[in-house]
Amino acid sequence: MLSPTTAQLVRESGAVPNAEYLLEVENVRKAFPGVLALDNVSFRLKRGHVHALMGENGAGKSTLMKIIAGIYTPDSGSFRLKGQEIRLTSPLDALQYGIAMIHQELNLMAYMTVAENIWIRREPLNAFGLVRHDEMRRRTRALFERLDIAIDPEAEVRDLSVANRQMVEIAKAVSYDSDVLIMDEPTSALTDREVEHLFKIIRTLKAQGTGIVYITHKMNELFEIADEVSVFRDGKFVGERAASDVTRDEIIKMMVGREITQMFPKQTVPIGEVALSVSNLTLEGRFHDISFDLRKGEILGFAGLVGSGRSNVAETLFGVTPATSGRIVVHGREMTIGNPGVAMDAGMAFLTEDRKESGCFLLLDVLANMQVALLRKDHVFAGFVKEREIEVLCQQQKASLRVRTPDLGEPVLNLSGGNQQKVLIARWLMTHPSILILDEPTRGIDVGAKAEIHRLISELAGKGVAVLMISSELPEVLGMSDRVLVMHEGRMTGIVDRKDATQVKIMELASQ
Amino acid sequence: MAIQDASNPMATAESPVRTRRRLPPELSILGVMIGMMLLFEVLGWIFVGQSFIANPLRLKIMILQEAEIGIIAVGVTQVIIMGGIDLSSGSVVGMTAMFAASLAQSADYSHAIYPALTGLSPIFPVAAGLLGGLIVGLINGSFIAYTKIPPFIATLGMMVSARGVADWYTNGQPIGNLTDSFADIGAGWWPVIIFLAVAAIFHVALRYTRYGKFTYAIGANPLAARVSGINVERHILLVYALAGLLSGLCGVVHTARAISGQAGVGVGFELDAIAAAVIGGTSLSGGVGRLTGTVIGAVILGVLTSGFTFLNVDAHYQEIIKGAVIIAAVVADQYRQRRRRSV
Repeated sequence: MLSPTTAQLVRESGAVPNAEYLLEVENVRKAFPGVLALDNVSFRLKRGHVHALMGENGAGKSTLMKIIAGIYTPDSGSFRLKGQEIRLTSPLDALQYGIAMIHQELNLMAYMTVAENIWIRREPLNAFGLVRHDEMRRRTRALFERLDIAIDPEAEVRDLSVANRQMVEIAKAVSYDSDVLIMDEPTSALTDREVEHLFKIIRTLKAQGTGIVYITHKMNELFEIADEVSVFRDGKFVGERAASDVTRDEIIKMMVGREITQMFPKQTVPIGEVALSVSNLTLEGRFHDISFDLRKGEILGFAGLVGSGRSNVAETLFGVTPATSGRIVVHGREMTIGNPGVAMDAGMAFLTEDRKESGCFLLLDVLANMQVALLRKDHVFAGFVKEREIEVLCQQQKASLRVRTPDLGEPVLNLSGGNQQKVLIARWLMTHPSILILDEPTRGIDVGAKAEIHRLISELAGKGVAVLMISSELPEVLGMSDRVLVMHEGRMTGIVDRKDATQVKIMELASQ
Repeated sequence: MAIQDASNPMATAESPVRTRRRLPPELSILGVMIGMMLLFEVLGWIFVGQSFIANPLRLKIMILQEAEIGIIAVGVTQVIIMGGIDLSSGSVVGMTAMFAASLAQSADYSHAIYPALTGLSPIFPVAAGLLGGLIVGLINGSFIAYTKIPPFIATLGMMVSARGVADWYTNGQPIGNLTDSFADIGAGWWPVIIFLAVAAIFHVALRYTRYGKFTYAIGANPLAARVSGINVERHILLVYALAGLLSGLCGVVHTARAISGQAGVGVGFELDAIAAAVIGGTSLSGGVGRLTGTVIGAVILGVLTSGFTFLNVDAHYQEIIKGAVIIAAVVADQYRQRRRRSV
């Protein structure tokens, strides 16, 4: 096995081992609690090629790349770098092997200068071991000149635009002179002109023999820059094609082509009057001009890629981030929803996207987690919580939703993801909402619990609740929704009726 | 039969164990407290030749000492449960001591601060002290809730400013000649009674009222609390206001007990109060803690101080060991949390 330090020495000596594949990954498997993120995936990267990875959110692309960059340790699988067996245990290892990654989320230190960010851990030192800022500046200038980037090396990162930060990240990754460069959606924050610039950099690197792994959701980029494309779905490798002889439709089919294995117990229910009417809703910088009507008994699906603004719309409707303009009419009454309390008083409930971040009180017990929304209005006398009454209600919810917990005193931390989600659903059901906003209601939970939650959503719609459901899983959106609203980069690109909705159609609207 | 059970572990996991007994977490701290007292008892017989526990006077002094810290600790425990911190309480004690004392001077004293306001009913000095504390708490709370500056910074600033107010009030001169009726508030067991009453009231509030549920919820996850419809800002303001009020109460009680108002009192009280809360099992990361633990934590601090004095341990060593105990309590807390996460 090749050690990271030897690899680095070899790279520094300038010797070029003559292997066709820079990187070969075989049978990688990685499971997270409750999810099999990668299921025996293999992947090969050729010298001087750009290899695109495509797939829906959660397909496993980012997980695979984080494994290659040494951030996650795989459960099993083998790696060969230029034909030599290697083992990756940390991001530092990966860098020494010549594998650098540009992350989707920016990892720069805001209060340090551009130069300090780029050369961190590799600062040029003088005889006393102090950092030589002049040399660091010089190297940064040289690097930027090579890449044709016009950013002041002495600027603090927090003063840069998001696009310029992205360029700094790219320059930093390039500065490692690595053989393998991983880019995870590098253009998501860039304008067209900057994307052109990036592509120019990529072509230069290609000519130098660097292999580039390019994760993207954008079809046109794929055809412009990639040599090969690998498609992933549900943690599995679906296929590899040459970018020159594959069509857009073919790739979409590969991405979404799974069969709908779960039964979606969608009931046909009479659609009632308008419960929520939204027109030209805008949150500056996030989304613009969203308009739709949501009727009683209807399930309106929200589709779109992560970052398209779906969750922002939900948060704005519920008053978490109040709108900058637009009209919201709830049950015929125009409202300004400035905080979640107002939304709740109007009969709304909101199951947030991120259970751990904005849903659960992890340290508190099941009872405390369930009752919190209810306490706003009822079951309190002179400030004292009517514990018995509430406990009875919570026990009922626990039974009807089949929450698996030894008792209501169990910290929610100890419950599985699916059961945590049921606790949160119980929290909102107890407030008897007339409008239910669900953001990724079945993310990260197992198939059984998923089906139960789907059945529940259908039942609620049957009782006349208006449901707005955001989901990244197309089969879920298609299986559950009466209509699907599709968003792309903060704008709605269409509303599709159930009978016209297909995966391909929605993917087209979502990726434009 | 046994084989069948082993092959189906779910059967036992699913059987309803609704009334599964959970030992209150205070039990372990109570154990530590009793263990410490017994240790001092044994060391006492070995080195000093007398009993540590069987000495009512020492116990009384010990408890009185900690009652004042305890009153502050009741407030700061709630602040910490809510995910905040209050460093200003010690200075507020100094400040409100001056406010209260200046309105509590007896009528026959010729050099009173406010010659027109002497010989007043004790209600006035008490109200002045409480009001002073409340205002400081409201200022703390509004900065933290509405400008979103970190509680550490907001209350650190207030710690300096409130001490400044205390010094400025009489240019550092102590205020004496207080009325007997005011001094009665700090006489005998009153400080202890006040402490326990306050602890009991807020124990009930934390456990059984909406106020308490919201406090825990905000400490456990402020974002989720907001999404659940809790007015997080208003609640933060309320909790800091109550903590300020309790600091003011401590200032009043201390002044009545000392029968004089001094600007320098209460230095370090804030840290002792935080220590009592932390030793009592309150987690500095918020969402976890109980007032019963804080009461025991305060007693543990008292046992340490009076135990070391009893053994004639040098004051410097006392401080060193006290610091070590606080750190040990936090390490134990971290360990407990990690174990809970790994479940």
